[in-house]
Amino acid sequence: MDKDNIQVRLMKSSKATREDYFGKTICYVCIGLITVLVGCILYFITSRGIATFTQNHVKLGQFLSGTNWNPGMLDSHGNPEVGALPMIVTSFGVTILAALVATPFAIGMAVFMTEISPKRGTKLLQSVTELLVGIPSVVYGFVGLSVIVPTVRHIFGGTGFGILSGTLVLFVMILPTVTSLSVDSLRAVPVHYRQASLALGATRWQTIRKVVLKTATPGILTAIIFGMARAFGEALAVQMVIGNAVLMPTSLVSPSSTLTSQLTTQIGNTVMGTMQNNALWSLALILLLMSLVFNLVVRVIGNWGKHKYES
Amino acid sequence: MKNYNLDETYIINPQKESALSAKQVTVSYGTNHVIHAADLNFPRYKITSLIGASGSGKSTYLRCFNRMNDKIATVGGQIMYRDTDINNPKINVYELRRHIGMVFQRPNPFAKSIRENLTFALKKNGMTDKDELEMRLETSLKGVALWDEVKDKLDQSALALSGGQAQRLCIARSIAMQPDILLLDEPASALDPISTAKLEETLKTLSDQFSIIIVTHNMQQASRISNYTAFLHMGHVIEYDETENVFTNPHVRATEDYISGNFG
Amino acid sequence: MNPKRSNQIATGTIFGLVVIVVLILIGLIGYILFNGVPNISWHFITAEAQAFSAGGGIRDQLFNSLYLLILTLLISFPIALGAGIYLSEYASDNWITNVIRTMIEVLSSLPSVVVGLFGYLLFVIKFGFGFSILAGAIALTFFNLPLLTRQIEESLRTVPNLQREAGMSLGLSSWKTVTGIILPAALPGIITGIILCAGRVFGEAAALIYTAGQSAPVVDYLNFNPLSPTSFLNPMRPAETLAVHIWKLNTEGVTPDAHQISSGASAVLIIVILIFNLGARALGSYTYRKMTATK
Repeated sequence: MDKDNIQVRLMKSSKATREDYFGKTICYVCIGLITVLVGCILYFITSRGIATFTQNHVKLGQFLSGTNWNPGMLDSHGNPEVGALPMIVTSFGVTILAALVATPFAIGMAVFMTEISPKRGTKLLQSVTELLVGIPSVVYGFVGLSVIVPTVRHIFGGTGFGILSGTLVLFVMILPTVTSLSVDSLRAVPVHYRQASLALGATRWQTIRKVVLKTATPGILTAIIFGMARAFGEALAVQMVIGNAVLMPTSLVSPSSTLTSQLTTQIGNTVMGTMQNNALWSLALILLLMSLVFNLVVRVIGNWGKHKYES
Repeated sequence: MKNYNLDETYIINPQKESALSAKQVTVSYGTNHVIHAADLNFPRYKITSLIGASGSGKSTYLRCFNRMNDKIATVGGQIMYRDTDINNPKINVYELRRHIGMVFQRPNPFAKSIRENLTFALKKNGMTDKDELEMRLETSLKGVALWDEVKDKLDQSALALSGGQAQRLCIARSIAMQPDILLLDEPASALDPISTAKLEETLKTLSDQFSIIIVTHNMQQASRISNYTAFLHMGHVIEYDETENVFTNPHVRATEDYISGNFG
Repeated sequence: MNPKRSNQIATGTIFGLVVIVVLILIGLIGYILFNGVPNISWHFITAEAQAFSAGGGIRDQLFNSLYLLILTLLISFPIALGAGIYLSEYASDNWITNVIRTMIEVLSSLPSVVVGLFGYLLFVIKFGFGFSILAGAIALTFFNLPLLTRQIEESLRTVPNLQREAGMSLGLSSWKTVTGIILPAALPGIITGIILCAGRVFGEAAALIYTAGQSAPVVDYLNFNPLSPTSFLNPMRPAETLAVHIWKLNTEGVTPDAHQISSGASAVLIIVILIFNLGARALGSYTYRKMTATK
């Protein structure tokens, strides 16, 4: 290869530079596609969701606080009956209750797996939790329908459908998620924290409670929020056991309806652009906004956790 | 650490055909300057060592010569290779790296067979002729004295090689591209003494065909294998001379302290 | 209460909690398998579903699930791969990357029913696809993308930087370095990731009810022309999957043996997902061993 040739080639683009350009373009297109997609989802759901308020002139306050849901009908004042409160209450009810029940179990499991159990037991429990994360929600719903609902009916009377059954199904559903995320956060606590505490004569439980769990609090909170987000957005499993009656829940065993269950059962029965349909899209918008809120909370906790480690 | 006058330097200009010459090269990470206006002229078909304490900037300096710092730092000044300033942003770095190869501190064979390790880049550069590929494979492996050890297991994974073998494989991988210049960044630091000795032997042989610039923290190694030695301290080239002179008759106080072990 | 005593009580409580959870898990899986497996027979897997009479099978639903899964992976894998490469190799640490990561997080946390409704709105209605496998596969792609992208990104990140430098130092473009060196080295992780995502896609129902639809029309398994309306390969036909089938049987309740069929179908779902899970591990460690030549 002669000298001038190299100089020329050093200044020229080659196959490699073109490849790089090509590859970069592909990757940018892919990532762009995902970004645009998320933008589209946010835009479309929002634009359909606010039609209730812009086209049908329903007042936001009325929508959020009304307890009568009958989008086709007008009430005595001539306003459409679109009070979403029963569904909002039920959705939050099952989510919060499921998280309350799941948290002690998840923390117990996580502490057992990271601090107490021998390696073998940990491995076994870990694969079982991973498997459970993968069980489809309809299967949870089906088992809930054929085991939990009859049991609840037997004990409390009534139909068996309602918030209690929904809570129990969701509790089992989110347990593996919350557990595995909690395990991660407990594992992230440095070993020397534990050693220092044990060396000072603290018992294992004192070490776990005052050192390990305290340090891992942000991580555990994040795990719980993720579980709640999953519970709040879960549709079919809840829909199968909640009863699907849009009524203000009067007790834990009265049939009611969540935002998701109302959406799945009704959206196919309404015609695009009608009041009934718009009202349902507004429910979808609430779901979307709540999922953004959960995201935000996770971020805030994450930042708090970072500061906590730094200070 | 003692304070040395960093302006007190002794740098010769070897009156030989030059493989590469660096002029006023500076490197900075953001506002943090790590290499200050270093000037060096590297002669052709010789081995030049860059020595210095950890953090003296010798590796960073070496990485400028085939533009491996592009993504992480700002490099100023001129680096002349074949009358072309290769620090020019317009330079085709991929073409450049075929002429100036690099071997790293830790052996990094690809997770492929030994054969693929050597031929992968050649094939991607458009070499399709099987006989030619085989020939390159054999000459490169012979060049690093690895042929006899691996000729029967060319299709086995390169990750099964020992550290020393893997490092020689990496050198073979570089010379298979038939570069002009070979840059080595502490190539023996992860190897045991026997592997190191073999590697040094290999490098000496290779200097007939390649200009070699090697970073090492091992002064004995520098004195054993290199023709020229540059001593770097805090991002400054303090002394550059024929190796023998640097080790027997250093001109600068810092160099003298470093090679006699009184440093820092 | 002295520390020793509270230590014992706490340990006991934790043991108790773990035992309860384990019992629930055993009960859950046991229930599904004990009730379901006896219902699984060759007839069950190969017969058509019956709406109003007993003795129906799940042939079409099972096939639809698999077909949808394959289409979904075909669409989502290339996009996730490109996005994963972007995030691990090209993304610099700036606000744009931050926005992109936030977008992906948002997508991964959206309830699947919302993703399904978006697919319904855009593809089924606006683009006029109708209830179809294609619309279902696209909806599942949306649902699958964030997780798969993250799996691929993480697998790529586990490959040491030295490998990238080695490729670069030989004059290979970064693209060739990534596709020829980094990607093969990350393969075990990527394969595991794909199979785990496959399990999730296979069991998803909420995103499909209003995209792939809730009906399984009679199709001809010998008609290999994807454009023919009766072909089993036609992507524009509605397709009820196994998971949707279970849901529908339990909510409409017109099929007399709904419970048996749901039990059987649930067991089939669980077994397939179990196979995916074990397969992911086995295949991942197999490719890893193969590449690193360790025994």
